[in-house]
Amino acid sequence: MDLSMKWLSDFVDVSDKSIKDFCYDMTMSGSKVEGYTPEGKDITNVVVGKILSVVPHENSDHLVVCQVDVGAEQLQIVTGAQNVNAGDYVPVALNNSTVLHDGKPVKIKNGKLRGVESNGMLCSLDELGLTTHDFPYAIEDGIFILGDDCDKTLGKDLKEAIGFNDTTVEFEITSNRPDCLSVLGLAREAAATYGIKRTLKEPSYKGIDGNIDDELSVEIKNPKLCSRYIAGIVKNVKIEPSPRWMRERLRASGVRPINNFVDITNYVMLEYGQPMHAFDLRYVSGSSIIVRNAKQGEKIVTLDGEERTLSEEMLVIADKDKPVAVAGVMGGEYSGIMDDTTTVVFESACFDGASVRKTAKKLGMRSDASSRFEKGLSPKNCYPAIMRAFELVEELGAGEVYNTIIDRDCSDISENPVDFDPEWINNFLGTDIPESDMIEYLQRLDFEIRDGKCYAPFVRIDIECKADIAEEVARIYGYNNIPSTILRGVAEARKTPEQRFIKNVQSSMVSLGLNEIETYSFISPKYFDKISLDKNSGLRDAVTITNPLGEDTSVMRTTIIPSMCETLARNYNYRNMKAMLFELGNEYIKTENGKLPNEPVRLCIGGYDSNGGMDFYSLKGIVEELLNNLSISDYEVESADSKCNFDEYTAFHPGRAAVLKKNDVQFGIFGELHPEVQENYDIGTRTYIAKLNIPEMMALADYDKTYKPLPKYPATTRDLSLVCDDKTPVASLEKVIKSAVGKTLEKVTLFDVYKGEQIEKGKKSVSYTISMRSHDGTLTDEQADAAIKRVLKALKEIGAELRA
Amino acid sequence: MKDALLKIKSLAKDELSKVNDTKALEELRVKFLGKKGELTSILKQMGKLSAEERPVIGQLANQVRAEIEESITNRVKEIKALMLEKKLKEEELDVTLPGNKSTIGKLHPLNIVLNEIEEIFMGMGFDVVDGPEVEYDYYNFEALNLPPDHPARDTQDTFYITDNILLRTQTSSVQVHVMEEKKPPLRIISPGRVYRSDAVDATHSPLFHQIEGLVVDKGITMSDLVGTLELLMKRLYGDDCKIRLRPHHFPFTEPSAEVDVMCFNCGGKGCSMCKDEGYIELLGAGMVHPKVLANCGIDPEIYSGFAFGLGLERIVMRRYGINDMRLLFENDLRFLNQF
Repeated sequence: MDLSMKWLSDFVDVSDKSIKDFCYDMTMSGSKVEGYTPEGKDITNVVVGKILSVVPHENSDHLVVCQVDVGAEQLQIVTGAQNVNAGDYVPVALNNSTVLHDGKPVKIKNGKLRGVESNGMLCSLDELGLTTHDFPYAIEDGIFILGDDCDKTLGKDLKEAIGFNDTTVEFEITSNRPDCLSVLGLAREAAATYGIKRTLKEPSYKGIDGNIDDELSVEIKNPKLCSRYIAGIVKNVKIEPSPRWMRERLRASGVRPINNFVDITNYVMLEYGQPMHAFDLRYVSGSSIIVRNAKQGEKIVTLDGEERTLSEEMLVIADKDKPVAVAGVMGGEYSGIMDDTTTVVFESACFDGASVRKTAKKLGMRSDASSRFEKGLSPKNCYPAIMRAFELVEELGAGEVYNTIIDRDCSDISENPVDFDPEWINNFLGTDIPESDMIEYLQRLDFEIRDGKCYAPFVRIDIECKADIAEEVARIYGYNNIPSTILRGVAEARKTPEQRFIKNVQSSMVSLGLNEIETYSFISPKYFDKISLDKNSGLRDAVTITNPLGEDTSVMRTTIIPSMCETLARNYNYRNMKAMLFELGNEYIKTENGKLPNEPVRLCIGGYDSNGGMDFYSLKGIVEELLNNLSISDYEVESADSKCNFDEYTAFHPGRAAVLKKNDVQFGIFGELHPEVQENYDIGTRTYIAKLNIPEMMALADYDKTYKPLPKYPATTRDLSLVCDDKTPVASLEKVIKSAVGKTLEKVTLFDVYKGEQIEKGKKSVSYTISMRSHDGTLTDEQADAAIKRVLKALKEIGAELRA
Repeated sequence: MKDALLKIKSLAKDELSKVNDTKALEELRVKFLGKKGELTSILKQMGKLSAEERPVIGQLANQVRAEIEESITNRVKEIKALMLEKKLKEEELDVTLPGNKSTIGKLHPLNIVLNEIEEIFMGMGFDVVDGPEVEYDYYNFEALNLPPDHPARDTQDTFYITDNILLRTQTSSVQVHVMEEKKPPLRIISPGRVYRSDAVDATHSPLFHQIEGLVVDKGITMSDLVGTLELLMKRLYGDDCKIRLRPHHFPFTEPSAEVDVMCFNCGGKGCSMCKDEGYIELLGAGMVHPKVLANCGIDPEIYSGFAFGLGLERIVMRRYGINDMRLLFENDLRFLNQF
């Protein structure tokens, strides 16, 4: 809402406040000011002058030399304009003045034009930042010749002389306060803010005798969507520009002046907050106005020239044959005021906010009217608004107003007062405001207090309960006068086991040298192809956004892996030689139709090293250390293939991917990215990814830790070099060793794997250090040798033998 | 013989002084004191001496042996010291060369600050709770006093999944879950991702993070809200930090406020960072609307509460002077490594 300060001054006098203070004070009492703009702030040192003479320029046939009287002195000014004559009053930019050129401020200085002295400049409307809408009698491409509506005192500051000296204050009005989308509403707020009086006047008009029922009928078919409709008639209208003061105020409010009738409807809307409409009676077929729902598929061409197709939940203003306006949104093409209009019908009505909002949204056209109606207006405001319109018609001499109106009022007129409970308010706010002060604050805001009840002014549709009254009191009292107290009582806060687990994962990752990332939860469905997901994978059935910003962010990710790949690709592209990243994020997995998806937390690890410093085993090392730190032990690692539970296995190198498993629960997959996937992401080096399921891991973690006494006796170690089939996974060797040694086993450490010349083809050599220890005494060589014997025997059964 | 002994002594001393390493020294020791050494060979001739001479020469010989041994020991010490000195000299490093890299990773800046905020609130007895990001319209809007076609819905452009399922536009949805599931007294914060269909630019992202706060109990006042937020800001920005409340409107709180914090750059005087305001808008807050309490089965005649919502990105960007929100989601290591 752009407020003209001149307009405001009709109702309250805030001239003793600086504009900056005014903006601050209004903001702090609840009407937020976004900023303010003095009109013509780039126009300086321009005054009213009178042309004394005009003679041709001696060296030019398109320039003329004028002698201009600017009060204090007489100036010679050269101009190229053809429309100046002796006796004209004109804007004169003096030496060292600023005016606009192509919308930008420029300095004007004394100089010579083709050898003739020119001490200033005569200005056009454009050079002042104005248009012919502001001064309809002026011409576009010539000097602005001041009309009789301007102050012609020579030497007077031009902005003052033509009324171009208003200040516009821009308010951000919240959706609960449509009453403040009006000068009167803001005047009420300003008066309450400062505790000052307002000058209010009931609008009134004389009118002419005439029975409106002879000319027009009004019928409301849907009183739910239109609670009140007032119509009035103006005869013998004279369509012309409105007077300067009205044009000025509309301009300062950001509304372009058109003609007197259009301007009056806009003026009333801005002053009262009540949208108005003016019809040409000629185009109301059958002279009947019917407020009804549109017929499905019914069409209307709106004022902006667009054809709109309506649907039956929309409300229209119709005549006998057709809709003439979309109620509360926009008028139809022929309903408006033309130059030859003779009889005007004024509409001042109240439409249902939700309905207007839905209609405007569906038709894709918001208007000043719809943005007011949709917030919910009071039907009581219709009457004073139309009265004000009539008053202005008479004031402007724009026509003759019938002294009868049609008022179809289906509105609920019951009052809904709210309890006035000062003690409750103080308890609620934590304040100690005397009751008398509260009453004064509320009265400043036009509330009435009687019999322990608060009656809000009818425009305040937002007042419903005690808390609303508390807010009114608080904002006038001043939010920043509310004391600051510390919450009483003791409350114990603690992290849930899941939160602790996740924090542990986070800190483990950081300790292992990984950087955390945060990626978008929505991805492109194309990403499923990018990670080579099977065409039939259930992961392709993602939660889909019906109105996404673009395809790239149109589905909720069912797998966190593509987000990591994108991030790695971006880092590779930025020439970061090495990256080790992790993300703790959600996946979104569909459940039943109409139900919310599951949002399980995943840990995703990703990395590459362009210098070859990373391989499968460095990733595995990170995963192992993480699991160790999370107290997840005795898990198994298996090759990842089509039998595994992770559909993403296809994104991995088929020979370099593994699944983590414990108690038959597969809780993670990791490995090297498939070369094709790596290529899809344009990453020029081997890339490694792991995905671990947090809830499953949490269930598998063993939190019970018991101290084991430190060993008293030394360990005995034996090194074994074995030869076995190349395909035999070392995990199976270890399993055998562990069970064969039995309870004296302390640790099995693999220290070498060898394939090559020394070994038969298709075989490999695997070397272990086996460490054994007893808590009862030092193990003897015999005991150790016996254990190794058992190991070798067991290993033989799976085809592994001592290397010769 | 006496002369021979004295000669050995002076010869040994002479040769010792020329020796510079432990190996040569050992050779000298063998040469003079060993079984086949010079001193031994002289002592072997003791038999030829008279009974009177024997104790005298014997004493002298022992004395010479002791002296040579002592000299050798001293020389060993000297040589060791010399060698150590030499070694230390050789081992001198350019201490200004860079260290070998070992890496600790870093948390994302959003989580660094979030952890801090969580800690502050846990210290005040607030539990941290989560809620779903894909949410029913009811929890995101309707229960929060935003019925369908409420104009305030316009201020939050929403991504829809179906007619009644959406991506939550605010963490306030968690308020409703918490109040439905638990009874007062309640003190919670709920950080999380929220979604609005804003095109990506330097200050907008279709996904960002909020931290919701909710307190419900008997006798909770607006001054408690002021005190809680003041404490938060002091912990976050230092004890001289000041806040300012401005009346505002949120459908789910009444009274509602926008809360500004004194500009850290100019200390309230006004500068380019705060657009000459002296204060920077940081969060929205208010007293829980009685309708919202009632919607969640809490009697507004008995209980009252306050709620607030912080934008995490805004706080993080202010903290580190980040001028483009996109950086937070690009995850460029050159960016991530700065925090």
